[in-house]
Amino acid sequence: MEHKENHIVGYGTYIFVWLTLVALTALTVTVANFDLGNFSIVLALAIASIKALLVMLIFMHLKFDDKIFRIFVFIAFLTLAIFLVLTFSDYSFIR
Amino acid sequence: MNQVAEASITTSVHRDDVGAKIGMWLFLFTELILFGGMFLAYAVYRFTYRDFFALASKELDVFVGLINTLILLTSSLTMAMSITALRRGSKKLSLTFLSITIFFALLFLVNKYFEWSAKFHHGLFPGSNELLTLPRGEIIYFGLYYVMTGLHAVHVIVGMIILIFMFFYIKSGKVNQDYYIMLENSGLYWHLVDIIWIFLFPLFYLIH
Repeated sequence: MEHKENHIVGYGTYIFVWLTLVALTALTVTVANFDLGNFSIVLALAIASIKALLVMLIFMHLKFDDKIFRIFVFIAFLTLAIFLVLTFSDYSFIR
Repeated sequence: MNQVAEASITTSVHRDDVGAKIGMWLFLFTELILFGGMFLAYAVYRFTYRDFFALASKELDVFVGLINTLILLTSSLTMAMSITALRRGSKKLSLTFLSITIFFALLFLVNKYFEWSAKFHHGLFPGSNELLTLPRGEIIYFGLYYVMTGLHAVHVIVGMIILIFMFFYIKSGKVNQDYYIMLENSGLYWHLVDIIWIFLFPLFYLIH
């Protein structure tokens, strides 16, 4: 547990991740100009998810921290996913 | 208390940095569920009032949203760099990066202020007569917009206050190269604020 705690992420890595985040932002704004129908929300959420994952893994250190943190975060998002799926499994058939 | 006991207390301060971090993450999960519930409400209403959401979202200025996205992404960068600087022993650089982060937080709020002012000017604010003449779907869209970006803005304010505290803690040496978990946890909070905005931006500004 201790050896990984000492890992210091360098400035270069952070700047590279930031550039990727900015590029992904540019991408999501660009594709929003095209009418892709239902696919546009899927694409926007996919890009946002990649961005969020990058922030969590690198900026929030999940990649370098103890495995338990990744398990925790996974379970938290799984809980949220269950909320979404259960709500829509009900809601989609209401009308 | 005798001197021996006193000495042993001062020399062995109990610290559990990993525990502190786990505690912070647990708190962040409650935030995730708080905003998650709102995203769920957004999803359900979007499902019901698709066309109205598309129409209402065109009222928002994509450019302002984009600028605020870039501001928050960059502030996350400087936040992370502030921690690296402190851990490498450069207090001054750490304070500089932290100051930039706080400045960006303020900039975000200023932007938000002008954005909301323009909306208010057009009579688009919760409970306004103008808003109530709109169809139900659009009223719900603006309701969600104000509640979700409003709550997010509250988090930006709180994050900014926490970071200002960190600034003075680093300055006084309370937070330092060996004891930086407070700064790390503040950073985690700040990145969470960033992540929430990463989702708010496309959902409210981009998708029509």
